[in-house]
Amino acid sequence: MQHIGDTHRGWAHVGALVATCALVCLAACRPDESRSTGSTNVQRGAAPTTAGGEVDLGADDGQWVMPAKNYAATRFSGLTEINEQTVARLRPIATFSTGTLRGHEAAPIVANNTMYIVTPYPNFVYALDLTKPGLPVKWSYNPKPLLASQGVACCDVVNRGAVYDAGKIFFNTLDGRTIALDAATGKPAWDTKVAEINIGETITMAPLVVKGRVLVGNSGGEMGVRGWVKGLDENSGKVVWTAYATGPDKDVLIGPSFKAYYTKDQGKDLGVSSWPPGAWKIGGGTMWGWIAYDSTLDLIYYGTANPGPWNPDVRPGDNKWTSTQFARRPEDGTAVWAYQLTPHDEHDYDGVNEQIIADLPIGGQTRKVLIRPDRNGYVYVIDRQTGQLLSANPYVFINSTTGVDLKTGQLAVNPDKSPQVGKVIREICPAAPGGKDWQPSAYSPKTGLLYIPHQNLCMDEEGVSANYIAGTPYVGMNVKMYAGPGGNRGEFEAWNPVTGKQVWAVKEDLPVWSGALVTAGDVAFYGTMDGWFKAVDARSGKLLWQFKTGSGIIGQPVTYKGPDGHQYVAVLSGVGGWSGAIVAGMLDPRDSSAAAGFVNAMRDLPQKSTMGGMLYVFGL
Amino acid sequence: MGPSLERNIARTLLITVAIAAVACEREQRNLGQSQSAAPSAFVADVDLQPGPTFISDTSEGPFDDNAYNTAEGQALFEEMNCSGCHAHGGGAMGPALMDDQWIYGSLPNQIFASIAQGRPNGMPAWKYRLNNKQIWELVAYVRSLSGLTPKGARPAREDHMMVIPAPNQTPNAKPKNSSLPSASMFP
Ligand code: HEC
Repeated sequence: MQHIGDTHRGWAHVGALVATCALVCLAACRPDESRSTGSTNVQRGAAPTTAGGEVDLGADDGQWVMPAKNYAATRFSGLTEINEQTVARLRPIATFSTGTLRGHEAAPIVANNTMYIVTPYPNFVYALDLTKPGLPVKWSYNPKPLLASQGVACCDVVNRGAVYDAGKIFFNTLDGRTIALDAATGKPAWDTKVAEINIGETITMAPLVVKGRVLVGNSGGEMGVRGWVKGLDENSGKVVWTAYATGPDKDVLIGPSFKAYYTKDQGKDLGVSSWPPGAWKIGGGTMWGWIAYDSTLDLIYYGTANPGPWNPDVRPGDNKWTSTQFARRPEDGTAVWAYQLTPHDEHDYDGVNEQIIADLPIGGQTRKVLIRPDRNGYVYVIDRQTGQLLSANPYVFINSTTGVDLKTGQLAVNPDKSPQVGKVIREICPAAPGGKDWQPSAYSPKTGLLYIPHQNLCMDEEGVSANYIAGTPYVGMNVKMYAGPGGNRGEFEAWNPVTGKQVWAVKEDLPVWSGALVTAGDVAFYGTMDGWFKAVDARSGKLLWQFKTGSGIIGQPVTYKGPDGHQYVAVLSGVGGWSGAIVAGMLDPRDSSAAAGFVNAMRDLPQKSTMGGMLYVFGL
Repeated sequence: MGPSLERNIARTLLITVAIAAVACEREQRNLGQSQSAAPSAFVADVDLQPGPTFISDTSEGPFDDNAYNTAEGQALFEEMNCSGCHAHGGGAMGPALMDDQWIYGSLPNQIFASIAQGRPNGMPAWKYRLNNKQIWELVAYVRSLSGLTPKGARPAREDHMMVIPAPNQTPNAKPKNSSLPSASMFP
């Protein structure tokens, strides 16, 4: 184990003492005694148990143990101390510099009065002590990823966060390792190499721990990578199963228990036959986004990324199972159902966005659904038991497709907007990052609304020849993006998944590339790429409070109950990611194809935001 | 007299052998590759040199003023997927190549080294995939992006969707962060 600073070692030696003190005397340690309500810190034993017999830490509103808050991925907290009335009094109570300057997409994780942060490359991990003023560092860890991994990460060297489970912190490194650290000491329990940078694989996603499995997927859809999700044994780090997104059924873990709802997704070895010979081996379908879990049905849900190369002419066919919603068993990865959202994707519409688990009244019944605001521009509501489509309505302006047939499940492509080799097709909406990209929505069971942070971009595309050379980009598309209709490049939108309609929307000048958070206090939080951290009324969208952080915000806000019993909100500020690559990578806007065409839409960002890497914690 | 004559003969022999050696080497090469050896000297990537000596590298790239080879470099830049990582000079996963900032230097020899040997933070080493001539062609094209080669030799247009100004219209972006003199600073 390597600590970043030796001074942190001391904490390990007196760990027990600190823990004891934390429990007994931390209230007295707080500078503001009047706010020390004497409430004890939240113990994991207090959390409810799931149907699978698991302790569902995600149900504990005092903590925030995984980026999506809970297995249902709602990013909803039951805490109410910060609400429409009080939120105006929110003020920063602590800040912490992460020591890195690239895009900070991670969610701070809170477990047992400790906050865990994983930074962009080089993926430092910090444990901050929430029981002491100023949140001092308890321990830190430097995984020392390979320098060269920076060159194969398509869209900035981001990391979407760590996860806490059973006394350990799990996270991924850019150079393709999954690491488990002892949450109390920062000592590594295991360190497993799962991806290979020499074939273009990196890892940027946050793992999810379900029933003793650490679920991890690869990035590299722009590098001719073959996508997979792996289930690692939580205790040993050994790879128990690997489910590829392309190739024969046995590689995709499609067996006798698999049942696709729609005819279009039924058949043998579609992961081979829906491609030109052999193309599935370098066909993409990576998984760098979000996984949800329903403990009652015992199913994990995730979607796969775009097919490669972007140039669709060289891969006639549906290109299964790219841009596909999967349901699998967590223990062995067996596929239970699949629904291809965007067959033969033409515009880099990955399917890795979040899917939120909810039970909604639809057609007079309560349906167990997934709510998926997809990159292709539609909010899908899908029966999570069968994969049946219940609705698919556009939440952004779309002209690349004309709708989804609920009977056949088929997405209707607008051929006028299909890219062609040697010809520039203009005004394709949404652009390559889609209606929304990785930035996760929040769902409030209280308001029944989905809070979608997203962009509003269109693009020009020209297909060019794509040459596969392992470890280099395999794209074959010239792209140039710009603002969509209305001119605002971003929006924070409240959406009713039952009616399939927008309820309100806040227009933002820049793409909203941060995650969303919503609470029972009926306040929704998000950040802007020019650094404003905002709280809006969850029912009306009215701005209630805002604070200007040092850099642009593309991270995931979280909320938790501090050891003093009070509610806090935390977010990382540090612009970057694909949208912020112009700043984080110091790119040259004279080339409108820079950062796969995103730079063209972000020419003014360097005047509005500078690089940064800072944690902000707010309280009343 | 004697020793001096001997010395002269020896010198002549040496020169002859040297010329013959070079000629042999030439014979081993394919036509048109006479100018495509790797840089003959070690390349400095940094401006800082201990001691008072300041050795400047003034050698030019063999194809800097050759429009045909620069165009070949442009084609290679697409075919080898350089454009995937550097876009059309504005940068993506790799840094911008059309600006006035260089991490490892803007001189032909330095850029040759960047491409052939690779660079630590994610630039692949191409020497096992490309021959010296191809690398020099890429050097000429990379330098043309920021106007460091003669205007007449730079590509007049992009072959595809116009995403960058034509390199032959790009003003010379005098490298900012290097005190090493550039080999060819054409206006
Ligand atoms: C896989 C992505 C990738 C590919 C493919 C790639 N590069 Fe690079 N390149 C990089 C990265 C990343 C750096 C920065 C390396 C560093 O900072 O150590 C770089 C650096 C460079 C530099 C040095 C720039 C400077 O400021 O000193 C040059 C020149 C260069 N690349 C040219 C090329 C050429 C020509 C090709 C095609 C033969 C190519 N690159 C292909 C990623 C790539």
